[in-house]
Amino acid sequence: MELDPLLLSRLQFAFVVAFHAIFPVFTIGLASYIALLNGLFFKTENPAWDRLALFWTKVFAVVFGMGVVSGIVMSFQFGTNWSNFSQAASNFLGPVLSYEVVTAFFLEAAFLGVLLFGRGKVPQGVHLFAAIMVATGTFISSFWILSANSWMQTPAGVELIDGRFHVTSWSEAIFNPSFWYRFWHMVLASFLTGGFVVAGVSAWYLLIRRDIEANRKALSMCLWLLLVLTPAQAVLGDFHGLNTLEHQPTKVAAMEGNWERGSHVPLLLFAWPDQEAQQNRFEVGIPSLASLILTHHADGEVPGISEVPPEEQPPVWLVFWSFRVMVGIGLVMIAVSLAGLWLRRGGRVYEHRGFLQLMRVMTVTPFIAVLAGWFVTETGRAPWLVYGMMTHAEGLTPSLTGGMALFTLVGYIAVYAVVFWAGVYYLTRVVRQGMLPEAPHDHEVERPKRPLSAAHVPFEDASRQPGRS
Amino acid sequence: MEAFDLTLIWALIIGFGVIMYVLMDGFDLGVGILFPFAPDEESRDVMMNSVAPVWDGNETWLVLGGAGLLGAFPLVYSVFLPALYIGVFLMLAGLIFRGIAFEFRFKSHRNRRWWNRAFCWGSAVASFAQGVVVGAYIQGFAVEDFVYVGGPLDWLTPFSVLTGLGLMAGYALLGATWLIMKTEGAVQAWAYRLAPRLLLAVLAVFAIISVWTPFVDAGVRERWFGHLHLIWVFPVLALACAALLWRAVSQRREGQPFIATLGLFLFTYLGLVVSKWPVIVPPDYTIWDAASDPGSQLFLLIGVLFVIPIVLAYTAWTYWVFRGKVRPGEGYH
Repeated sequence: MELDPLLLSRLQFAFVVAFHAIFPVFTIGLASYIALLNGLFFKTENPAWDRLALFWTKVFAVVFGMGVVSGIVMSFQFGTNWSNFSQAASNFLGPVLSYEVVTAFFLEAAFLGVLLFGRGKVPQGVHLFAAIMVATGTFISSFWILSANSWMQTPAGVELIDGRFHVTSWSEAIFNPSFWYRFWHMVLASFLTGGFVVAGVSAWYLLIRRDIEANRKALSMCLWLLLVLTPAQAVLGDFHGLNTLEHQPTKVAAMEGNWERGSHVPLLLFAWPDQEAQQNRFEVGIPSLASLILTHHADGEVPGISEVPPEEQPPVWLVFWSFRVMVGIGLVMIAVSLAGLWLRRGGRVYEHRGFLQLMRVMTVTPFIAVLAGWFVTETGRAPWLVYGMMTHAEGLTPSLTGGMALFTLVGYIAVYAVVFWAGVYYLTRVVRQGMLPEAPHDHEVERPKRPLSAAHVPFEDASRQPGRS
Repeated sequence: MEAFDLTLIWALIIGFGVIMYVLMDGFDLGVGILFPFAPDEESRDVMMNSVAPVWDGNETWLVLGGAGLLGAFPLVYSVFLPALYIGVFLMLAGLIFRGIAFEFRFKSHRNRRWWNRAFCWGSAVASFAQGVVVGAYIQGFAVEDFVYVGGPLDWLTPFSVLTGLGLMAGYALLGATWLIMKTEGAVQAWAYRLAPRLLLAVLAVFAIISVWTPFVDAGVRERWFGHLHLIWVFPVLALACAALLWRAVSQRREGQPFIATLGLFLFTYLGLVVSKWPVIVPPDYTIWDAASDPGSQLFLLIGVLFVIPIVLAYTAWTYWVFRGKVRPGEGYH
């Protein structure tokens, strides 16, 4: 079998970016939560807030460290596998991606150390300020990354001359047509991820009856947040969809599994898209609902996939099903948040074991939803790398062979498997140790900029250690 | 843009970033290379602690350099990375393994052996790969019409293997002299014994490379044996640093050996830069051919000029906080 460097490079990029995305999507939400906890402690001086802040800062440190390690690869992949694209788009993407790096370093250099290691060593107000700046920094980082991604989805502010993009307007290129929708959709997704993880861990602590006061506060807070944000995300997602309909109609057609342009298009709940036959083999849908959602009229026109030739179509089943996974999880999230509101009567929300178990399980769902969402938007624009201007095939490194691409794909999977195993294993230990007061062993020298050092949890069980301290 | 050549400014920034990276990550990679040869496990704790507070700050320069190249000299980015495809992967894998080893070795007891291996092999592979990049840069790349057209293993030649081993020896020397400065007792005594041997190895490799390079690249031959005699000042200064290093080690000085090694690296680097200047993608493309649009260079320059002083100040502060000797049992639990 001939190894296809294009397919292997796409798989490699998808793998690395999906693996990496798990971490920042969590830290962005968590950073704001930590800033809020520090603020609440600053204002009320209730030590429960402080315990929560301390615990979640430890978790933040580990996840942030994993994000940095897994992110290094990304900044080189554009060059190794997509050198033609790098060369063509460098005038815009180079500065924008560099600004992300610059922002991240500025943030790390100036404030992360204070947040992680400054407790009790700097005035409380300064510590709070550092927490707010770290949270702000995560937003600025996502601003640049999503600007770059949105530009590839809806390019603007550039002209293509002799195979190279030249920036004609920085503001049009940075704030391209899909940017704000994508940005806010992603920010809300990060908040939902942080919210469900904190709620899930708090629910687990309540189940095993550990530090009940603090964890009730945390769970209650998260449930209020989720009650507002889960429906807000649905509304925002709808706006984002309308923007996509305007700029990338084929993607929307694939999301809906709609092959021919028409009105009264049904919302398909289940279908088996057959790309070769250019139709669905089997479908179950609600009449006219897709037209109604997308155009806000029951007889509104929805574009069809077959309007573009097969070689310009995305892999429909992948887009179609990823979209259903994302929306399905979103609806479950709304239902769970409403259930939380209902159970508040009489305080049952903190006692109902079934609900607490459900919240525990929900911890993984935002990650799945985020990845599914990225699959929709990234595979949905195929075969375009820069929408309508440059295809994946055109952007590929010309000298790349299938064997090389396979070698590094397998290599990165192996490397990340080790990193992920070590990181998740350690994280579960941090969570299991919980919000205990700091052990008195801590005469370690401060180490600024080493995120993981903020979590003083041994890697193995203490009972199994050989006889050294 | 005659009075205000952005491309030139960017070449200086990237050049500065590269040498900052080589000097700073060099000694902590070197400590990793020397790791398995350490006298005992307690020495390894001290060695790792001596670089633990600063290593990831050192690596920020690599990421900054990578992103800066895409922004300012995209041709370098889009030729070097495909041409060195496998090498880049090995370097990144090495850096990742040693990065997580830094964090988990201290938290681990039962599995410490494995983190030791990850730290040593990660450091060694990353150093070798970086040395290979230097060799490949001297050899030049098969580029047609701004696109790399060579094969996947063009970089792998006896010459690049030699530069790879040479940089490993050089980093190990930086690591040994760093340990002389930062430790005492058994570790320091061991580092004193290592330093002269490593210096001889480095000088041997440098000598071979210096004789070999003019045959690899006619442009370099022309540069060194043409009319520009002034550039001989760099190899002379590098040799002076080597002599100073030798004397400082035999007199058991503590700080001087490291400073002299930094000088040795700096002047060798400058010698390499003047050999190729202003070619940045050898053999044919200069910094001006490789540059991005002036608007893009300017847009990015504003941010970088803002952040570099902050990173420098923070780096200086970190080294100040962690000044002095690292002792056994300190900074370790």
